[in-house]
Amino acid sequence: MIEVRDLNVRFGKVHAVRGASFTVAEGESFGLVGESGSGKSTVLRALAGLVTGWTGSMSMAGCALGRRRDAAFHRAVQMVFQDPYGSLHPRQTVDRILSEPLIVHRIPDADQRIARALEEVALPRAVRFRFPHQLSGGQRQRVAVARALIAGPSVLLLDEPTSALDATVQAEVLNLLADLRAARRLTCILVSHNLAVVAHLCTRLAVMQQGEIVETLDEAALRGGRATHPHTKELIALSRDLDGTG
Amino acid sequence: MSAPFSREWLLSDAPESRRQAAWGQRYQAWLAFRRNGLAMAGLAVVLLLLAMALLAPWLATHDPGAQNLGVRLAPPSATHWLGTDELGRDLWSRLVFGARITLGMVVAVVLLVAPLGLIVGCAAGYAGGMVDRLLMRVTDVFLAFPRLVLALAFVAALKPGVESAVIAIALTAWPPYARLARAETLTVRNADFIAAVRLTGASATRTVLRHVAPVAVPSLVVRVTLDMSSFILTAAGLGFLGLGAQPPLPEWGTMIATSRRFILEQWWVPLIPGIAIFLASLAFNLLGDGLRDVLDPKQR
Amino acid sequence: MTPLAEIRGLHVDFPGSTGWQPAVRGVSLVLGREKLGLVGESGSGKSVTGRALMRLLPPSARIRAETLRVAGTDLLTATPEAMRRLRGARIGLILQDPKFSLNPVMPAGEQIAEAWRAHHRGSRREAREAALELLSQVLIRDPARVFAAYPHELSGGMGQRVMIAMMLAPGPDLLIADEPTSALDATVQAEILRLLDRLVSDRGMGLVLISHDLPLVSRFCDRIVVMYGGRVMEELRAADLHAARHPYTRGLLNCLPRLDAARQRLPVLARDPAWLEGP
Repeated sequence: MIEVRDLNVRFGKVHAVRGASFTVAEGESFGLVGESGSGKSTVLRALAGLVTGWTGSMSMAGCALGRRRDAAFHRAVQMVFQDPYGSLHPRQTVDRILSEPLIVHRIPDADQRIARALEEVALPRAVRFRFPHQLSGGQRQRVAVARALIAGPSVLLLDEPTSALDATVQAEVLNLLADLRAARRLTCILVSHNLAVVAHLCTRLAVMQQGEIVETLDEAALRGGRATHPHTKELIALSRDLDGTG
Repeated sequence: MSAPFSREWLLSDAPESRRQAAWGQRYQAWLAFRRNGLAMAGLAVVLLLLAMALLAPWLATHDPGAQNLGVRLAPPSATHWLGTDELGRDLWSRLVFGARITLGMVVAVVLLVAPLGLIVGCAAGYAGGMVDRLLMRVTDVFLAFPRLVLALAFVAALKPGVESAVIAIALTAWPPYARLARAETLTVRNADFIAAVRLTGASATRTVLRHVAPVAVPSLVVRVTLDMSSFILTAAGLGFLGLGAQPPLPEWGTMIATSRRFILEQWWVPLIPGIAIFLASLAFNLLGDGLRDVLDPKQR
Repeated sequence: MTPLAEIRGLHVDFPGSTGWQPAVRGVSLVLGREKLGLVGESGSGKSVTGRALMRLLPPSARIRAETLRVAGTDLLTATPEAMRRLRGARIGLILQDPKFSLNPVMPAGEQIAEAWRAHHRGSRREAREAALELLSQVLIRDPARVFAAYPHELSGGMGQRVMIAMMLAPGPDLLIADEPTSALDATVQAEILRLLDRLVSDRGMGLVLISHDLPLVSRFCDRIVVMYGGRVMEELRAADLHAARHPYTRGLLNCLPRLDAARQRLPVLARDPAWLEGP
C-alpha cells in the first residue's frame, strides 16, 4: 500500500532523514519509534506532503507521489497531530472544522455526516458548536480524529496522537483508534516515542536514530525483546524498567 | 424546545442547528460586548454620529452654505446654536452636514485600506519566498514617503475632490496594514491547524482567505480604529491645501483649517469641529477595543 | 526530627467567571528528608500544591491553610523579604523546560555564578569556580565549555543539568521538581533522574517530584502521594504501589499500555464523583 524508498529530507544544512526505506501493507499498522530529532515526524510529514525538499521515492497504492498532491490523495490520506491544542483552528467551532473537508471535497449531506462523525468518536452532540478552547484535551483529540476520518480516508497518519494527553485519556483515545482502525480497515502509520503505545497499536515498527532507520522488527520481537540494534535494546530496557512496577 | 430567538433559544448549551448556533454566538458576543462600558459608550457615540449624518437635513437649522456676512464669527446663541464662522455660516448646520462628508470619507478609506492590506499581507506571509519579497518591497516603497506628500502627489495626478482624497489616503495608508497582516500570518502559517487545512486538500486561496486571514482581522480592526483620527486629519490637510473636499463643502478638517486664524479671539469656531473629530476618533477607538475582545472567542 | 515541610488543610482557589474555583481542596502532607512523588493528572492540583510550598502563586489566588511551614518558616505570615530569602536559599524549583526558565541572553555559567553570589559572600572568581564545581557535580564532562555556552546552544538534557546546578548553588534543603523530565527523551530522562537521586541522597535534601507519570515516580521516589481533583486520594510507599487500594490509583496504573503483555483493550478509568467529596 505504502512504499518509501531511500527517502532523504534536508532542512538547509540539517540532514533530518537519511535514506529511510520501508513498506506498509494494506490494512497494516506500522510504527515509527525514536527520540526527539530522530526524524520520525519528518518522515510522516514528507509522506503527507507537508514537507518539501525531499529526495527519494514514495508511492501509495502503486502510484508514485510527487511534490504536489492531488485531491484524491488528500481524500485518501489524513493525519492526526500531536498537540490537540495546536491542531484545531482557535477561531472555528467544531462544526466549522469538521465541515471544511466536506466542502473541499464537495461531499453532500454535511449536516448528517458531521453528526455521525461526532457519534463515531463518542463526542456528545453539545460539543458540535463549541470552540476548541472550550473542550478538554481528550475531546479535542477526538475532534481531530473525527476531522481526519470524515472524508473517508484509507490511510491514517498519527503523529504522537496521545503524548500530550493524560494516561487515562490516552487509554480512551488508543481504544478509539483501535476500534476505528478495525471498523474502517485503515492503514495506519503511528509515530511515537513510547514503545508501549506503538506495541499496543502496531504489528510492525521501525526504530529511528539520527535520521536513519536502524532496525525494523515486528510486535512479537519487540515484546520478546529480540532486538539486535543497541539503540533498540536501550529503548526496550528503559520501557521495561517502567513497566515492571505495575 | 424553546421558541426561536428567545433568550433560552439563544443561550442554549446544545444548539439544534447551525442557524441557532450562529445566532447564539452573536448573542453571546453581544452580551460580552455589553459588559464593556467604555465600548458601549463608543458604540453609542458612533451610532449618534451616524444618525446625525443620516438625518442632517432635518437636524440642521440653516442652509450649511448660506452666508450672512452681518453675523460673522458670532458666539453661540439661540439662532446660531454653535455660533457662526468667518462667512457668517451657521456652525451647527455645517457640523451636521460635515458629518456626512467626514464620516463618509473615513468609512470609504477603511473599506479600501483594510481588505487591501489584509490580502497583500496574508498572501505575502503565507506564500513566502519571492512573492513575499516582492510584495514587501512594494510596501517599503510606499512606507518610505511621508504620507501627506505621497497623498498630495496622488491627488495632484488625479483631480482635487473628495473621491480623489479618499483614493489618495487609501493608497498611502495600506502598507502598515499589510505589514501587520503579514506578521500575524507568519505566526500561524506553520501551525498544525493550518497544516491540517492543507491536508484536506484546500487550495492556497481558500486556506489564506478562510483560515489565515481571520486570525489577522482582530489586530487590523484595532489598528483601523487607531488610525481613524489620522485619516480625518489627513483629509483635513488635503482640504486645507485645496486638494480634498472643496469649499464650500463643510468637511470637519477643512472647517478647522480655514478657521485656525481665529483660534485666539473666536476660539469656538475651530474648536467645535475639533471636538467633533476628537469625539469621533475616541468613539471609534473604544468601539474597536471592545470589538477586538469580542472577536476573539477565547476572551469570552 | 522536625519535618522539612508541613502542610495541613491547604486550600487554594483561583478567581473564575462564576466565583472562586478550587484548585487544591484540603491537602495535608508532611515531608522529611526524603523523595516524595506528587502524582496526578492535569488539573489534579499537584503543581499548585508544589508552588504553594514556595508561595509562587499568582497574587489573585486565595491560599488558606491551618499550617504551611517550610524549613521552620511559616509561609502564611512570612514577609516578602523573608520569602525571598527562603526561596533562593532553602528551596529550589526545577521546571519542565529549561528553555523557558534560563535567561536566553546570558551564558549558562554566569547564571549559576549569579545564583551562587546571591547567597554567598564572595568574589567573581570564587563564584566562577563554584559554578564550575557545580557543573561538574551535575556530571557535565566539559564544565568550561558549558559555562560559556548560551542556553540555546545546549541540548534539553544539558539545559536541565544547568538548571539543577543553578538551584543547587545556594545549597537548599528542599528541591521541588515540577515535571523535570517530561520534555526529555527516555534515555536522557533516566540520566537526569539518576543524577537527581544521587544529589539528593549525597546532600541529604528533601525532594518533591511532581509528575503525571506514576510508574516513573514510583521507580524513583520513596513515597507517593496520588492527587485527584485537588484532593489526596492515596498516600503510600513507592514499594507498595502494586498493592495500591484506591480505585483511582489502580485505574491510573491499569490504563497504561504495556510492553510485556499485549492487551486487546485498555481498561478505562471510571471516575467516581464520591472521590471529590470524601472525608
